[in-house]
Amino acid sequence: MSTTTESGTTYAPAADVLGTVLTPGAKPARPSAWSASVTFGWRAMLKIKHVPEQLFDVTAFPLMMTLMFTYLFGGALGGSPTKYLQFLLPGIMVTSVVMITMYTGIEVNKDIEKGVFDRFRTLSIWRPSTLVGYLLGDLLRYTIASIVILVIGLVLGFRPQGGITGVAGGTLLLLGFSFAFSWLWTMLGLLMRSEKALMGVSMLVMMPLTFLSNVYVDPSTMPGWLQPFVNASPITHLVSAVRSLMRGTPDVGEITWVLVSAGVLIAVFGTLTMRLYNRK
Amino acid sequence: MPELAIETSGLVKTFGDTRAVDGLDLKVPAGAVYGVLGPNGAGKTTAVRMMATLLRPDGGQASVFGHDVVREADAVRRRVSLTGQYASVDEDLTGAENLILLARLLGHRKPAARARAAELLEAFGLTEAAGRQVKTYSGGMRRRIDIAASILNTPDLLFLDEPTTGLDPRSRNNVWDIIRIVVAHGTTVLLTTQYLEEADRLASRIAVIDHGKVIAEGTPGELKSSVGSGSIHVRLRDPATRQAAERVLAETLDTAVYLESDAVALTARITGGNEAEQASRALHRLAEAGIVVDDFSLGQPSLDEVFLALTDHRATEEAAA
Repeated sequence: MSTTTESGTTYAPAADVLGTVLTPGAKPARPSAWSASVTFGWRAMLKIKHVPEQLFDVTAFPLMMTLMFTYLFGGALGGSPTKYLQFLLPGIMVTSVVMITMYTGIEVNKDIEKGVFDRFRTLSIWRPSTLVGYLLGDLLRYTIASIVILVIGLVLGFRPQGGITGVAGGTLLLLGFSFAFSWLWTMLGLLMRSEKALMGVSMLVMMPLTFLSNVYVDPSTMPGWLQPFVNASPITHLVSAVRSLMRGTPDVGEITWVLVSAGVLIAVFGTLTMRLYNRK
Repeated sequence: MPELAIETSGLVKTFGDTRAVDGLDLKVPAGAVYGVLGPNGAGKTTAVRMMATLLRPDGGQASVFGHDVVREADAVRRRVSLTGQYASVDEDLTGAENLILLARLLGHRKPAARARAAELLEAFGLTEAAGRQVKTYSGGMRRRIDIAASILNTPDLLFLDEPTTGLDPRSRNNVWDIIRIVVAHGTTVLLTTQYLEEADRLASRIAVIDHGKVIAEGTPGELKSSVGSGSIHVRLRDPATRQAAERVLAETLDTAVYLESDAVALTARITGGNEAEQASRALHRLAEAGIVVDDFSLGQPSLDEVFLALTDHRATEEAAA
């Protein structure tokens, strides 16, 4: 073209140009559930690309947790930091990743207020795909957090007997459970009125859930009345399952417990999320 | 009978104690711009959200091209798109990414989605800004990317919810031009607005909404003639003569005279038809009384006056009830 292109400020709509992009009647077939979900996952990746600061919570936070607990309690609880690390690392990985899941709810809560959600909701697509897309993006974040913790662990002296398969298996189980658990947050994200309220509720759920577990110490050292609570905690089951995999001695009972509860979480909170989403 | 794009009967939506939409009846013919006019809080947005399948009605019915918005929501979604009051695009993403994302969600394959995005960016003068995040766009550019997103698959019905609120005059004119072009290509547009001028210029029919109900409906001309009067606007040379002028006009025209904020200006309604003759008689009387008139104009009632007359009328009825 020999002429300079129109800049944004001098734009004037031209009937002939606009006319060529208007194509009444021509509509491609509706995308599959999978394709729509992946497209929303791509949106989540783009957001990470444009706002990389949001990866801070999946890198710095796990790093801090691992270092702090290894060196703060390692000597007292496990004899030495390295010994304690063998016990702690699978647990701290679970804690960090499950903690990070609550940001899913905050993202949903922030987004729902914006006009773009209205556009998504007027599209003829598989309804849950918008939310599944978030979770696909979050799976990437959980994976990054897991890798960060594993690398620090290995540097500090974590030597899992389960080898690469055991570690990979444990990590996958954790990611699967986190994906399921995130539906709790999407539900709360749609339910709560403000980000602050949601943050408060999230902490109220997460703090007892992660601390009242077998992550930091063996439950047999706790008072008798507390043990039933701790042993019933889903985090305790998850940590036991992940530990067993990384140790190379898979505990089928615990793994099954985790998989079944993941299914239940999706069935219950996934359904409630979609109900809220359709009503919003 | 022309095809109806939208038909609602007795549509109701309540939020707590507020009846945001309170028995709305609309018949929107296909192929033109239909204006929904009302002040803030009249229930326009709530009504649009129900028609666009975003909100479930609490009562009554609404259908779009014959499809019920609740029972056949997906069929409705295949045929409509919405540009909301706030930009319905993702501000963190670039203009190009937004359009590609949406093209994919509308079923285009990757290469086709890219091509379609590029084509639309070009047509809307956004090629240069394609790689920038939408949050860096000006108000006018945002509106354009928003409308581009709405016509990605050219819809049969386009909802535009206050599309020009907050835009500068040039951008507003651009949006008006775009709407005219879109309609000329066969899309029906439901336009909500609080600007009477906008409805007057674009819409072939207008529904005036207040407190969630239609209080008047018709072509812009019909609405104006329903109020049934024009007005004369007079500017005097000497502000000291305004009181005398007010008296003369009130006597001659037998009507209320409004004193404007400008100390030399006044406006009088002319009722009873034959406006030009009545006006010239009034001017003649002013001259006889020795009042110097610098300038005068004779006007059709503006839609603003129609609107105020209609809502005023309702307020009085309510007070009497």
